[in-house]
Amino acid sequence: MMKAISNFIAAAADLYIDGFRKMTWGRQLWWLILLKVIILFLVLRLFFFRPVLAGKTEGQKSEFVGQQLIEKAENRTDENTEN
Amino acid sequence: MLGWSRAQFALTACYHWVFVPLTLGLAIIMAVMETIYVVKKDDFWKQTAKFWMKLFGINFAVGIATGLILEFEFGTNWSNYSWFVGDIFGAPLAIEGIIAFFIEATFVAVMYFGWDKVSKRFHLASTWLTGIGAAISAIWILVANSWMQHPVGMEFNPDTVRNEMVDFWAVAFNPVAISKFFHSWFSGWMTGAIFVIGVSCWYLLRKRHVRFAIASIKTAALVGIVGTLAVMFSGDGSGIHAAKYQPMKLAAAEGLEDGGPRAPFSIVPGLEIPGMLSILATHDINGYVPGINDLLNGYVDENGVEHLSADAKISKGKVALAAFKSYRSLKDNDPEAAAEARKVLEENIDCFGYGYIEKPEDLIPNVPLVYWSFRIMVGLGGFLMLLMVLVLFFGWKGKLENMKWLQWVALLSIPLVYLAGQAGWVVAEAGRQPWAIDGLLPVSAAVSSLSAGAVRTTFFIFIAVFTLFLAIELRILFKAIKKGPEAVDNNQ
Repeated sequence: MMKAISNFIAAAADLYIDGFRKMTWGRQLWWLILLKVIILFLVLRLFFFRPVLAGKTEGQKSEFVGQQLIEKAENRTDENTEN
Repeated sequence: MLGWSRAQFALTACYHWVFVPLTLGLAIIMAVMETIYVVKKDDFWKQTAKFWMKLFGINFAVGIATGLILEFEFGTNWSNYSWFVGDIFGAPLAIEGIIAFFIEATFVAVMYFGWDKVSKRFHLASTWLTGIGAAISAIWILVANSWMQHPVGMEFNPDTVRNEMVDFWAVAFNPVAISKFFHSWFSGWMTGAIFVIGVSCWYLLRKRHVRFAIASIKTAALVGIVGTLAVMFSGDGSGIHAAKYQPMKLAAAEGLEDGGPRAPFSIVPGLEIPGMLSILATHDINGYVPGINDLLNGYVDENGVEHLSADAKISKGKVALAAFKSYRSLKDNDPEAAAEARKVLEENIDCFGYGYIEKPEDLIPNVPLVYWSFRIMVGLGGFLMLLMVLVLFFGWKGKLENMKWLQWVALLSIPLVYLAGQAGWVVAEAGRQPWAIDGLLPVSAAVSSLSAGAVRTTFFIFIAVFTLFLAIELRILFKAIKKGPEAVDNNQ
């Protein structure tokens, strides 16, 4: 049983290692994927997309969004009154 | 701010949908080709399948992770929405992520690296599973989307301010999700088919790889015709569901101001088929289809059921919001009063989102946009079906090789299938405005309180990044197409 599992793991590893080693046109696609992941996670995610609720506890998130939902409704009412 | 957030989300979703349908459709076509190879034991089909797998790989590589940007936007631009939807949205997306990773990472690798490593049948199974894995991913994304169109299987908890899932199966088997999945998946078959037919016709125009091109065209056309018939069938289901759950979307798609029984179907403004809309929306020529004015003013349908006016729903919404506010301020100090407020909230929760609506007219989506997008989708769908029937017919007759006009039409139709798909999503998403979650949360309440400048900056960054990646993909794709399939026939 153990031998069968280790054979399977070795065959699977060989599939990936050999596949990547012999890759031709796919190589530039992997560079492209790497470039995209860097732009997504190290530029956009880090500098431009900070989740508004990050760093808050579950209770704080509920409080924050609850307040937001109430304020948005009240601001709308205020706008109507002003109009 | 709201406009920029919506524009940014629309831009990202449209960009994402450039890659997804080709992945869904091309996966099926190359799997069919490999099946023919395994059955016929003819290396020509192996090389044919391998060429389309190469183009699949390019599209897959560039399209990969574009959906992640949407998730970034949920957390940043739509934080109220993200919290409010609770685990309803999170669960399907988590399942999608796990399935996408394991199925696609495993079987895509076997498909590309395993030709000489695994048996023919195992390789074939891997190719099919790559396509099925992509479809399963799509199911869960569309389950999440459909819940926004028709929220079911949840209860709103005013303590956590989240919708909590009480019936997973109601969410998973939401009727809107089922028809939306099949409609989207099979439209991907159309995209894959038109792409393969168009590229193959380019080879015919250049008189290169003729046997390969004709074989690819016949296979793709068969897959595409099956896909188009299924799109029509599932589109019928979508129409029924829109009439039942999102009648304003249907009224906008038809530009129907005043509805009723025997409602007409508008082909273009001024040209109508009497009673046809009732048949399409209710499968009954006497079926009642409400128009925009009926929905705003309230109406009684053919079964005698009274439907509230927009003003009545807005009043109910305001009561729900006031009760929500009272509950949150009273829950720690006055449990009895809080319980009463909660009861009022629960009685009016179905109209919670209407409390944010200023005036009834705000419930009308952009009618010209939805109306014309629907006609573009249906019109192009019909045209592309005809094209596939023609190339299949002349391909079988052996005449396609000499029909340059048809080859040009097929080549130039590649952008049209993308336009049809994008138009379909415009109908689905612009048609449900002003709602982020139908009846429960309008986009104006779903959006985060950010500065418009920040969202505008990322909007333009996205345009630059998306354009760059699309240009790179097209360059690699054109290079691969120009090079052509390797050693598949003698007519090089």
